[in-house]
Amino acid sequence: MSTILNLPDQATARVPKRNYLTNENGIMSWLLTGDHKRIAILYLISITFFFFIGGALAGLIRLELLTPQSDLMASDTYNKIFTMHGVVMIFLFLVPSVPATLGNFLIPIMIGAKDLAFPKINLLSWYLYLAGGALTLGAMISGGVDTGWTFTTPMSTHFSNTNVITTGLAIFIAGFSSIFTGLNFIVTLHRMRAPGMTWFKMPLFCWAHYAASILMVLGTPVLAITIVLVALERTVGIGVFDPTKGGDPILFQHLFWFYSHPAVYIMILPGMGVISEVISTFSRKRVFGYTAVAFSSVAIAVFGFFVWAHHMFIMGVSNYAVLVFSLLTMLVAVPSAIKIFNWAFTLYKGSITFETPMLYAFGFMGLFTIGGLTGVFLGTAGTDIHLTETYFIVAHFHFVMVGGMLMAFLSGIHFWWPKLTGRMYPEKISQLAAVVTFIGFNFTFFPQFLLGMLGMPRRYAAYPQEFQVLNVFSTAGATILGVGYLLPMIYLVWSLKYGQIAGNNPWQATGLEWQIQSPPLTENFTTIPIVTQDVYDYEWLERQKEHEVTHVG
Amino acid sequence: MSDSHAVAVAEHGAHEHPAHLRHHFVSLEQQDETASFGMWLFLLTEIMFFGGLFTAYLIYRNWYYPAFVSASHTLSITLGAINTLVLITSSFTMAMGVWCAETKKQKGLIWSLIATIVLGFAFLGIKTVEYKEKFEKHHVPGSSFSIQSFVHPVAEDGKAADKALPADTAARTEVYFSLYFAMTGMHAVHMIVGIGLLLMMLVQAIRGAYSHGNIAFVENFGLYWHFVDLVWIFLFPLLYLISRH
Amino acid sequence: MSENHAEAHEGEHFHEAHIVSPKVYFVIFMALLVGTALTIGASYVDMGPWNPVIAIAIAVTKATLVVLYFMHIKYSSKLMKLTVGAGVFTFLILVGMCLSDYISRAWGQW
Repeated sequence: MSTILNLPDQATARVPKRNYLTNENGIMSWLLTGDHKRIAILYLISITFFFFIGGALAGLIRLELLTPQSDLMASDTYNKIFTMHGVVMIFLFLVPSVPATLGNFLIPIMIGAKDLAFPKINLLSWYLYLAGGALTLGAMISGGVDTGWTFTTPMSTHFSNTNVITTGLAIFIAGFSSIFTGLNFIVTLHRMRAPGMTWFKMPLFCWAHYAASILMVLGTPVLAITIVLVALERTVGIGVFDPTKGGDPILFQHLFWFYSHPAVYIMILPGMGVISEVISTFSRKRVFGYTAVAFSSVAIAVFGFFVWAHHMFIMGVSNYAVLVFSLLTMLVAVPSAIKIFNWAFTLYKGSITFETPMLYAFGFMGLFTIGGLTGVFLGTAGTDIHLTETYFIVAHFHFVMVGGMLMAFLSGIHFWWPKLTGRMYPEKISQLAAVVTFIGFNFTFFPQFLLGMLGMPRRYAAYPQEFQVLNVFSTAGATILGVGYLLPMIYLVWSLKYGQIAGNNPWQATGLEWQIQSPPLTENFTTIPIVTQDVYDYEWLERQKEHEVTHVG
Repeated sequence: MSDSHAVAVAEHGAHEHPAHLRHHFVSLEQQDETASFGMWLFLLTEIMFFGGLFTAYLIYRNWYYPAFVSASHTLSITLGAINTLVLITSSFTMAMGVWCAETKKQKGLIWSLIATIVLGFAFLGIKTVEYKEKFEKHHVPGSSFSIQSFVHPVAEDGKAADKALPADTAARTEVYFSLYFAMTGMHAVHMIVGIGLLLMMLVQAIRGAYSHGNIAFVENFGLYWHFVDLVWIFLFPLLYLISRH
Repeated sequence: MSENHAEAHEGEHFHEAHIVSPKVYFVIFMALLVGTALTIGASYVDMGPWNPVIAIAIAVTKATLVVLYFMHIKYSSKLMKLTVGAGVFTFLILVGMCLSDYISRAWGQW
């Protein structure tokens, strides 16, 4: 008997009456919940809100840059707009994006646990996030900040008369939210795995989150103390970064980038975890070189701490340090490349299908590769001197963060949407959205590479006439990109009520999360599973189905 | 496909479930290990939090060594040493408190906690005396800072005056005092938080909350308190004992 | 030294709880006091460049005692030991690599 069942339960399935969404009712059952799945949903709603605020600010930036003159807004306003765009997008969207939503939802289920290790701390982290977000909004409404998201001294300590302290406090608080998320993940992955779930049977999604969590726990506090020192310098007038008192402004950048460079990996690693799952599922193959991909996540995390000064090559650090950091920067390319190559080999001879998550995953692979390779340009000290602080850098990190991370986020949201809600998203329109996003993205940011090569500096409201054509391209692309982001927002909400019912395992995927009902029960598993199969073992899945056909059908 | 095919069923053996075992843990050992591991990870963040300050200290101490020596000499070794003593003793009483909790000695726990609280307040009291002196001598960085006492040192009763510093060197003492206040201030904030938690714990201990074996909170707070002690173990020689000979 | 042998759960081995005796705590307490006296004493002796080295060495020793005994790391699982190690390692990276910039800034410029 070798009948292959296609989506066996989707036609007949119903959304189970008892699940984590219906278990308790009322607003308080959400606001005081300890359930990691509900907290994930709370996070999803809040980060989407901040994503659209950040996106609106990005729209304003692109609109201003349509013309060479600063005509839409004054330069001061422009400074505030791009600062708030950076702060909102980085600290309130990218850092918590995948970990706090999908990670929160899936990690306990993937390892066969009933919840994260510290449910209350998990809820606390959401409230801290909200407090940080509210303070950021408060700072924005009461005048904004104009230092750039990097808060570079002495600008932020002496010359800016905007809301630096409020925003700093917001980041400090949001930082603790991220610390608690990371701490929770590490402890959960170490201590809560189901019997038989060894480290090398864990999905790569978990490995990626483990690596990112290490960075959250060890990196974020350095940012916290740096913000405290900046605040003390502004209020009391201590002299740690103030050159007139003998302080060194570059020390600020050392401490700031000690966090903010690893933060880049905090943002991208969870995205890479998503891609591993998606590519494996839609190629119907094990991830090629599982161990290598798993360890490359950890390697990225560890190397991530060795390279921060490549943000400071032209800031007056020692030439010898530049050499060392430039060399070390190249090291990070190795584990990143390991991932890309292994994904490519996973695709090789796989039975590839092009569902929406896979389209986004392809987008990720292409755009992240470009973003990563241009990073090598910037990590090379010689070219960095020409390219740094130009639009080349803007394009580079948007390729990694928007082209990479946001694509991965959308890929993951579509992939696990059936598990989150119990309903499918509409396939055709979402495929269209994925393509629109990809096209819009390239139109927006590829011209910026050229602008950077030509020497257009970042962070100015006005620019010379000859850069206008490319900027118009970029703004036009941003419009398309905006449509690409609005579409999922609309049809995903629509699918909550009208989407096709998904059933337990619409993708025929192997992870533990697909073996339980969707949406899951509050306690995830009625009985704690004992894991015997390998991860990504599609033959095991086939055998299970045959078994079912023989014995049940 | 059904759940039971995909995942075998774990024996949900005949465990006695103690009242304080949370639903998502299998056993109390798992729950306790998890809590202390979480606490240690939190302490890692604390290491890095103070790490930034220690880095700044190390760099500026090498840049402005003479200024650091003179500024450090304005601190009172006696007060610093007493405070070290107080803090180490409080660490010891806290450790004893943990032992009392582990062996279910409620009285012992209560008295250990009281001793720790008293010593904590003593530390903060002495710190206040030291801070007050800094304000009086205009050694607090910021608008009231003055380098007068370094440029024109005055002999105090019994002690010979320190060597006068050139004005540019003396100006760098402000960096030292910035770090002094940032480091000891952050440390004091941790002490205050700790004392708050101690008071909370004392109330709980009197109510007998820790007499039934649910002592993870006491043990993990112990880790925190020892960590605060540990930071001071480094702060004391670094801030007070620069080139005293 | 009394030991509390907790039953290990099948499947996953959890580290057994270990109660450190007051005697050990007292010995460590005394050692810390001696260390404090030593570090004060050492600061009054002129040892040239060795003064800060000695001070740091004593502080590290004291800190190690606190971590090992007061904070029970000596009796804890490998994971806990590794965790402490990771913290120290990252701290040293922060200090060490920052210093790599500061010490070499003036190289070749005199």
